[in-house]
This record gives sequence, structure tokens and C-alpha cells, in this order.
Amino acid sequence: MKIAIVDYGAGNLPSVERALRKLGAETERAAEPKQVASAKVIVLPGVGHFAAFVAGLRERNLTESLRDAHDSGVPILGICLGLQAMFASSEEAPGESGLGFFPDEVRALPTNVKSPHIGWNQVRRVHESRLLRGIPEDAYFYFAHSYAAPASAAPTVAACDHGVSFAAVIEQKNLRAVQFHPEKSGETGALVLRNFVESVQ
Amino acid sequence: MTLARRIIPCLDVDAGRVVKGIEFEGLRDMGDPAELAARYNREGADELVVLDISASHQGRSTFLDTICRVAEQLNIPLTAGGGIRKMEEGRAVLLAGADKVTVNTAAVQRPELISELSQQFGAQAVVLSLDVKRKGDSWEAYTRGGRDATGLDAAEWAAEAVSRGAGEILLTSIDRDGTCSGFDCELTAKIAATVSVPVIASGGANSFDDFFDVFTKGRADAALAASIFHMETQSISAMKKFLADRGVPVRLNR
Repeated sequence: MKIAIVDYGAGNLPSVERALRKLGAETERAAEPKQVASAKVIVLPGVGHFAAFVAGLRERNLTESLRDAHDSGVPILGICLGLQAMFASSEEAPGESGLGFFPDEVRALPTNVKSPHIGWNQVRRVHESRLLRGIPEDAYFYFAHSYAAPASAAPTVAACDHGVSFAAVIEQKNLRAVQFHPEKSGETGALVLRNFVESVQ
Repeated sequence: MTLARRIIPCLDVDAGRVVKGIEFEGLRDMGDPAELAARYNREGADELVVLDISASHQGRSTFLDTICRVAEQLNIPLTAGGGIRKMEEGRAVLLAGADKVTVNTAAVQRPELISELSQQFGAQAVVLSLDVKRKGDSWEAYTRGGRDATGLDAAEWAAEAVSRGAGEILLTSIDRDGTCSGFDCELTAKIAATVSVPVIASGGANSFDDFFDVFTKGRADAALAASIFHMETQSISAMKKFLADRGVPVRLNR
């Protein structure tokens, strides 16, 4: 099954693409609404600023097609900023609207810890996770972000603590999202992507 | 649950080859960047840094190709830089496959470069490369590969860079670089206490104990070294085991 990687004009497309292809998955870049509309599986990668992300989606008329895809149950995997964009809004860009799959606001990490939260961290399992299947409890994942969704704000299956407890892995029906970068998280990250690919086949 | 301290090998690249500066000798060839990158990825490096140290324009033109070939080998983050003067050059480095870009000389000359890169790509993608020499009780920032004194106090410049949007500091002690006398822990602790972003210590690494010291006394978030890894005198996995046995949180599984 071909995976549509949403191309909103920035972001870390090549590394996500490369990681999925190494698993034998077929990928295509989706920069037009009709590509998103016809997609059977969607990956929403992202790095950078929340405002640039939602503006990029809007300028390409991808916002509505992503909402439609979600409504019709198409599996979507959000990565890093892609996770944050699934929320209604972010403190990073007051006044800007996210995709709104989850109602809450993404918040800045607290000031009593180093921010950005950059590096390899562990996660705490809260519920059974499809994406983390087969991955040891003490495994490390690579994070690089200054904002995060509170762990209580979404169907969080694994949380991470960095000054605050935030959503590291979200799973709900067709939606999957990770705050870390699976494409940069070594063999562990490859297994997360493999679990995703297998779950949508 | 703890954020792991990172071990970061660094590749100094000139005209498509990894090199090491040897006193009175010039540059010695250390191998192919993609081959070394693949080895470090396999050995458990937490990240890789690739720096363009080419003196010639011709050498520079091959750097994007090097980034691309290195990125192909990695499933860990890649930081690249050296001689980046403009936003568009930073973009090219990121598009070639780097996750973060380092800036030094051009940022001292025009600090707005940091703000521009940070606004466009996010603070997590912008690393201030800070080369310093001790000056009395403090440290002074240097540019152009350690050749030019800037008159800037290292801690003050680090703080300004962070306020402009730098997401990490790659801190190199010029005094220690190449001396094999260990990291400057006093310097690293000073900068780590000054800024709110992670600090990567560099310069002087020679032994496992040096890494232990910079993570404990030096309060570094990450530590970088080049030749001790290239020479295969020290393996990354053995070093991580050494650190873990002494209570330093490191990523052991891959």
C-alpha cells in the first residue's frame, strides 16, 4: 500500500521517506488536495514553527482534505510538529488553528528545564500501544521540540517527562502520532514505523 | 526516565574527505565520510556532526554532496555546518539531509542570521558554534576557525544567540582542542549554567574519564570528539558502557 507523505513546503521529508522505503513501503509526496483525498495511508511529518506548518497546509488547500481524510477513517501518522498540528491550537502561534483532531492546545515546555528538549529520552507506557509493540520499556527515542501536548489532553498511550508530562505517543482509532522522530531514532524508531506500516496493511 | 547524555562523533571534511589537522603537518586523510558515518551509526553514536573546513571554494561545492551521502547512512540526527553565511545556504544544508545547521562567523558579524534561521526552521534546527579561548577569568569568542578574536564575552554571546533563537550551543575550547588534555569542564559548566538550551562540549577529549568529567563536573548535555573515534582507539559502545556503569544516563540500546 502506498503511503502519502504530506508535503507542506518544509519539513524533514527526505529522511521520513528514506526510513519508510527501507522498510519496503512505497511512498509518494502529497502536495495537492487530490493526492491527500485519494490517499489510503497518510504520514504528516513536520519540523519548525507551528504557524509555518498550518500556513503551508492552508496555502496548498490541504487542511480540508486532511480533515476529510480523518473523517473517513484514513490512517494518519503525525510526527513531531505533525502531532502538534493535530491539535486545535498552539501557544507557539496564538490565533492560528491546527487541524483540530484533538480539542486542546499545544503548550510551551516549562522554563525550569532546558528547552528545546533535544536528545534521546524514554517514555512511560500508559496504555497498550500498537506503535510500541515489541519495543523494550527502557528504549530511547530522539526528541527535538520546544512545545508539546499535555499528556492529559489526548488519547496518550505513552508519555514523556521533561519538566511536564507530555504526550509522546497518541493512538485513537485511525490517528497515530509521535512527538519524537522515529526516522531519527535508530533501530527503535524503525520498529515504530514498521509497526505503523503493518497496522495499516 | 531520563534524557540521555549524548556522544557525538564529528567529521571535519575537506573536499569530500574526512581530515584531521596535525600540528606542523597540515591535514591527514582519515577516510570517506559516508563510510565513517555508517560505522558510527552502527556503533551507537547518538548524533553526527559534519563540519566543512575546506579552505577552497572548490572544496565547499562538494560539501552538500557529502551531507547527502552521509545522511543516506544514518538513522540518527545529523548536524552540519562550516562557513554558512546566509539563510539560503542554511536551507541548502537542511535540504541536503541535515537536521540542524551550525553557524559561527557569519552570526557574529550579523546576529540576525540566527533569528532568520530559527524563525524559518525552528530553534531545534539552529546550533551556535561557539569557539572560545580563555582570557583571564572569562572566555572570549573567536571566529574563522579560531583565527579571529571577536572581543565578545563567550557567555554573553551565547545568551544573546539563544535569545535570538539558537536551540543548542556547540562549545569548543580552542585552548584544549587537539591537546588530548580533556574537556574544559569549568568552561562547559559556566556556559551550561548561563543558557537555557543544551550545550555540546568539544575540544580536548582523549579518554572515557574525560567524557565522565564533562557530563558530571562540566554539566554538558552532549560531548563531541573526532580523532579518538576515527582512530578506533576508543569505541562508542565501550565508552557508553563505562559511563552507564558510573551512573551517567546514556542510550545503550539501539
